[in-house]
Formats: sequence, C-alpha cells, structure tokens
Amino acid sequence: MNQVLLLARRSVVRTLRQPAMVVPSLIFPLLLLAINSSGLNSATRLPAFPTDSYFQFALAIPFLQGALFSANSAGTNVASDIESGFLNRLSLTPLRRASLMLGQLTGILALGLVQALTFVGVGLVFGDGIQAGPGGVVVIVALSLTISLAFGCIGAWVALRSGNGEAVQGTFPLFFAALFLSSMYMPRDLIENDWFQAVATWNPVSYMLEGIRSLVIEGWNGEALALGFACAGGIALVALAAASSALRTRMART
Amino acid sequence: MNDFTSATRAVAWRNIHNWFTNPVLLVPSLVFPLFFFTAFAGGLSRVDSVPGFDYEAGYTTFVYGFVLLQAATFGGIFTGFSVARDFESGFARRLMLGATNRGGIVAGYWLSALIRAVFTIAVITLVALVAGLEVHGNGIDAVGLYTLALLMNAFAVLFGTGVSMRLRTMQAAPAIQTPAFLLLFLAPVWVPYDLLTGWVHAAASLNPVTLVLEAGRGFLAGDPTKVLPAFAVVGVLVALSTLWARGGLRSAERVA
Repeated sequence: MNQVLLLARRSVVRTLRQPAMVVPSLIFPLLLLAINSSGLNSATRLPAFPTDSYFQFALAIPFLQGALFSANSAGTNVASDIESGFLNRLSLTPLRRASLMLGQLTGILALGLVQALTFVGVGLVFGDGIQAGPGGVVVIVALSLTISLAFGCIGAWVALRSGNGEAVQGTFPLFFAALFLSSMYMPRDLIENDWFQAVATWNPVSYMLEGIRSLVIEGWNGEALALGFACAGGIALVALAAASSALRTRMART
Repeated sequence: MNDFTSATRAVAWRNIHNWFTNPVLLVPSLVFPLFFFTAFAGGLSRVDSVPGFDYEAGYTTFVYGFVLLQAATFGGIFTGFSVARDFESGFARRLMLGATNRGGIVAGYWLSALIRAVFTIAVITLVALVAGLEVHGNGIDAVGLYTLALLMNAFAVLFGTGVSMRLRTMQAAPAIQTPAFLLLFLAPVWVPYDLLTGWVHAAASLNPVTLVLEAGRGFLAGDPTKVLPAFAVVGVLVALSTLWARGGLRSAERVA
C-alpha cells in the first residue's frame, strides 16, 4: 500500500508540475467554450432546443476535451517511464499490476479534478448556474473524474502496448473523432443527418456529454446519469484491464 | 539553373517527400479538416433552419467555405512546424551553409506548403462533393475562391516560417498555431455574420478573415461579395508575412 501511495504521489507531482500539461488542458477547452457559446448561440432559436443559452448547452464539452488531454498526458507519462527504464525497475517490486496502474494514473485524476473544478467554476460565474444544484456539482465532478480515468486508461494502454510517446500522440485523432462524432454541438434528436445521428447514438461519448449536460440544464435525470456513468465506468474498467494485461506482457519481456 | 531555383526545388522536394511518406505528418493534415467538415456539416446541418440563415447553397456548402480556408491555412501552419523541426534537428543549419541564395529556402518551404494545400483541398473537395456540396458559382468564381485559399496558405507558411526561423525549436508550435486558430475561429464559422451574437460578433467585425470567409462563401454561392476587400486583406497579410519571414531568415543567418 505504501508503495502505491508513493507511486500515486509521484504521479500527481509529476503531472501537476508540468505547466505544459496543465495549462493547455484548461485554456483550450475554455477558449473553445467561449467561441462556441457565442458563435452558435443562434442555434438555441431552433424549435425544441433544450435551453436558450448555448453556453449552458456547451458547458459539458470542456469536461470531455479535458479528458482527451488526460489520455494524452497519461500515455505520455507512461511512455516516458518505459523509455527511461523506470517501469523496468518497478517490475522488480512486488506491486500488483492493477495497483501499479492506478498509482500511475493518480496524477491524471488530480489533473481531472483541477479541470472539473475550473470548468464548474466558469459555468457558475459565466452561466446560469447548475440546475441540479450543489449536489449536481458533486455528481458532475464525480462523472468528470470517471471520464478522465477512462480516457487516461486508454492512453496508458496505448503507451504500454507501443512503448513510445509518438504512438500515443498518434491516437489523438481517434479521440478527436470520437468527440466530434457525438452530440457535442447539437442534441441527438435535432441532428438532421441520419448517418450522423446513428453514429452519435452508438458513440459512448454522447452519453458522457449528456450525463453532464443533464445536470447543467435539466436538473436530475436518472437515465442520462446512469448512461453517462455506465459508459465512462465501463470504458474505464475495460481499458484498465487491457492496460494491466499490457503491463504484464511488458514486464514478462523485461 | 540559378542558386535560388535549385535551393527552392531541393527544399520543396524534401518537404513534399517527407510529407507524403510519413503518415505522422500526412494523416493529421488530411484528417483534421475532414473531421471539422464532417462534424460541422453533419452535426450542425439543422442550423440552416435558424430564422435569418439565408445562405441558399445550403449548410454543407456554407461549412465547406470555412473548412477550405482552414485546410489551406493549416497546410501553411504545419509547414511552419516542419521549418521548426528542421532547425531543431540541425538540418536547417546545414542547409543554410550549403545554399548560396537563402531566399530559395523560404521559397522552397512556401512551394511545399502550396503543394500540400492543393492536395488537401482536392481531397476535401472530393469528400464534400460526395457529401452534397452545391457549387452555384461559375469557373471564374472557382478561380477566385481557390486563389483566396492559396493566398491564405502563403500567408500562413510565411508567418510560420518567420516564427520558426526566429525561435528555431519545436516549442515554437503554439506561437504559430494559436494566432492562426484565433483568426480562423473568430470569424463567422458556423452561422453568417448577422447571426453571430456576443463577443464573437464584435471580434468577427474586427477580424480580417471574416471578409475572406464571406468572399469565399460568396464565390461558392455564385453571388460574389466583398471580393476586392477580401483580396486586399490577403494581399496585405501576404506582404506583411513575407517581410516577417525575411526578418526570420536574417535572424537565422546570424546564428548559422
């Protein structure tokens, strides 16, 4: 346990001490939120649009964009540990693989917490508040951390499979596609193109967005929250198992 | 063949060869504009039902106008990254020792950016045509549209080259990318200028790229609008970025 805590502490310090990792993950999503919310505000005039403020609608997007940065950061950190030989030395300790993975990902959770609190703060200051109230803020942060963990595990898995940071960077377009082919810009029932609506309906990112969005603009919506947590939690579990398996393979090679 | 031409051809050939043979460079240049096109044209097409949206060629065409400009501009920006990478790897320093006419080096980067942009634009246009792009303009309008896009590409590569030659490291990437990103996205990207609200409306009114974007969409719709101001804007941008790139070259020469 003590070793896991040491790893977790190292992961948190390493992540939060890198401004290049923290600042863009806050600035870029907020910049896009500012541009989108003003540039697309006229979309709220569409019949059946769920709110009259596009800012409220778009507030969920930074949480997902922040999680994309988490995936990148987690993968880059793990790849860096592989390239520097740190992971080889860890393989000599009696740590369990899942514990080791969670220790490595604690920094991403810390970054996710900073992101979630920042985005909620911006939403409260510049928006019309969180409809679900203070309890909703807590659930938004919890869902946001689950999403960060899910994407972070995928980043770590890619790093462990490939062993280099360039491969992690190369997966960024895939995450980007997952975000863009979702209900990011428009509610699913208002998406006009059938194929796009079908892709967005199959895309788990849509449900993560809608889980956060429901708390911001609707209040408490059990179905949206259940789907959001199920998608994020499910991906986190599968990706963590895959990353642990990749870690076992890598350690066996060592 | 004079020194300028041989330097231009050598640099352009090397960059184009690297771009076409390295998926890490090729794929993002093609994939990102296609993502934007797909996400905006596919996900936001209902926006053309917003009261006051009066672009007759349809939302796919409206979005294509932006993505075309974005692809051309980012083709130049990514070439600016290549300049930074060449300096970081030490290749550019050797290149500058070997080239007697160093203006040819900048021209070579510009030529490679131009070829990249033409290829990217061709791919995006094919995808857009399949997706329902409606071009109401005639051949002259098409020449106007693509000339504007290629001038934006020249502006971007000369700006990026100027930054990269001054900083000579890949850390220059955000300094190249961020201004270009802001110029593009603080324009009427998703809806016509009149439907913009809030601070982006104010920013778009000051942003020169708004004129370029509106002129491009006018060409596509067969209703040329703000053509002279748009060409004047890109002309000034290219002239200023040429001076900026020349200054960058001088800066790089001092340390070569």
